[in-house]
Amino acid sequence: MSLGGGGPVPGSFGTTGRGPRLLGRGGRRATAVSTASTVAVLGALVAIFLLAPGSAQVRHTFFNPTDMWQAFLGNPKKGYYSVGAAIWLNIRMFLAAEVLILIVALVIALVRLSTSPVAFPFRVLSMIYVDFFRGVPLLLVILATGFGVPALRLPFISAQSAAVYGVAALVLSYSAYVSEVYRAGLNSVHQSQVAAARSLGLSQATALRHVILPQAIRNVIPPLLNDFISLQKDTALVGVLGAIEANEAAQIYSSTVFNYSSYAVAAVLFLLLTIPLARFTDRVVNRDRRRRLAGSAL
Amino acid sequence: MKAFGVPDPESAQAPAEGEAIGIEGLRKSFGTHEVLRGVDLSVATHEVVCLIGASGSGKSTLLRCLNLLEPIDAGRISLWGQEITGAGVDQNLVRKHVGIVFQSFNLFPHMSVLRNITLAPMKARRVPRAQAEEEARALLRRFGLLDKETDYPDRLSGGQQQRVAIVRALAMRPQIMLLDEVTSALDPELVAEVLNVIRELASAGMTMLIATHEMGFARDIAKRVCFLADGRIVEDAPPGELFTAPKDERTQKFLRRIVEAGRL
Repeated sequence: MSLGGGGPVPGSFGTTGRGPRLLGRGGRRATAVSTASTVAVLGALVAIFLLAPGSAQVRHTFFNPTDMWQAFLGNPKKGYYSVGAAIWLNIRMFLAAEVLILIVALVIALVRLSTSPVAFPFRVLSMIYVDFFRGVPLLLVILATGFGVPALRLPFISAQSAAVYGVAALVLSYSAYVSEVYRAGLNSVHQSQVAAARSLGLSQATALRHVILPQAIRNVIPPLLNDFISLQKDTALVGVLGAIEANEAAQIYSSTVFNYSSYAVAAVLFLLLTIPLARFTDRVVNRDRRRRLAGSAL
Repeated sequence: MKAFGVPDPESAQAPAEGEAIGIEGLRKSFGTHEVLRGVDLSVATHEVVCLIGASGSGKSTLLRCLNLLEPIDAGRISLWGQEITGAGVDQNLVRKHVGIVFQSFNLFPHMSVLRNITLAPMKARRVPRAQAEEEARALLRRFGLLDKETDYPDRLSGGQQQRVAIVRALAMRPQIMLLDEVTSALDPELVAEVLNVIRELASAGMTMLIATHEMGFARDIAKRVCFLADGRIVEDAPPGELFTAPKDERTQKFLRRIVEAGRL
């Protein structure tokens, strides 16, 4: 940041000759102060952690490097799984669920916003669906799907793995949330855009696909990605069905070895997934804004 | 006779002469507020008619009804004798013949200028992309916008946006253009460039119904000027007559206010 750019302006601080320099130094001083303050706050937090009476105990139980490394690698002979390998199941569940959620939620949102009288029963159904799955805790949905559907003993449907039921439950629950995000996005596109598209002779479907949806989705990319960050973490809940995902693997380690450092490994792995997604979100938003402002071509 | 001289098989059935727009007893309410209370209007092919009247007098509503953006409550609208307000009318087909341009431009902000223009021809008229782009560039060149084709709408001035909006409507090769206060949202210095575009369309023989607050322009371009008040067309006369010797009391009052505001 350069504040001392222009020459002295009559009547401003600049006339003293010291003004611009003071301002410039103020900028540097601000940086110095913020750095010092950050160091002080972090230092205090670390000091509290290190000086707490149970600090050594906690560090040994939760952040023991040897245990973390062993939990990461896993050792089937000793009865525990690799947390590092188990995270792949989270990633796979996340990716499968995300694609399905984007589709299912869009359908629900479009049904809810439809105006045709024929679609009335479907509108009511989609409203009940959203109310229901937003109201029921995800954990209960996972348990009900994971233990209820196999108990039905239907061919094929009742013979899937825990991960499949987990994904189904995530899709059921998240589609309700994401459909509301879509709905907000669709409502954020001004009616005049619909009028403009229809006035050109475009059908309702074409107007929706090429004019309304692209704008609606662009408007809700940040909240959509926010939901997906939380979806990444919620794949950990599928562990209750016995699927060996990272959290479940960490739990198995801790109950085998009686050390919780495996959870720290799982936490780090989840962070490694969510932080890139958060940065990606920022980049998408910025790129889109830049492109529209720059005007010049793709 | 077609304004752009390009043969268009789809519109071959539209006659080139006679009454282009026929409106009889048109009524339209929003809730309990009746905006149009029996409008009768006839516009001949190649004719330019201006609609004037106070804000809220129903000028925009009338134009939106003609483009079928608003369903009407009573009356009928026909184009070259074919009723378009009855049951079983293909709205999209009607809209291909009737272009409309809005006060607030309503360009698609997520598309480049070129894509804004080619979208409807490609999707509604099934023109191949290369041909649609070629036609779009020809129109952009004609209106001095060729260097803007890759720009996004928010990079353009209001005047440029409105010219692009006009080009976008023209790309569907309509036989009638409805202009809804197309200069009202513009800074004064940008009004002329848009009016020049409309003048060119008029001289090319485009049938136009223009809602406007630009009285000088209306006097200049229109063959007839219609004054809309209380949901009806209360006076319909050539501009020379209507602006100099208005007959209806409401027209006189309206024009007096316009003159007082220094707009005529």
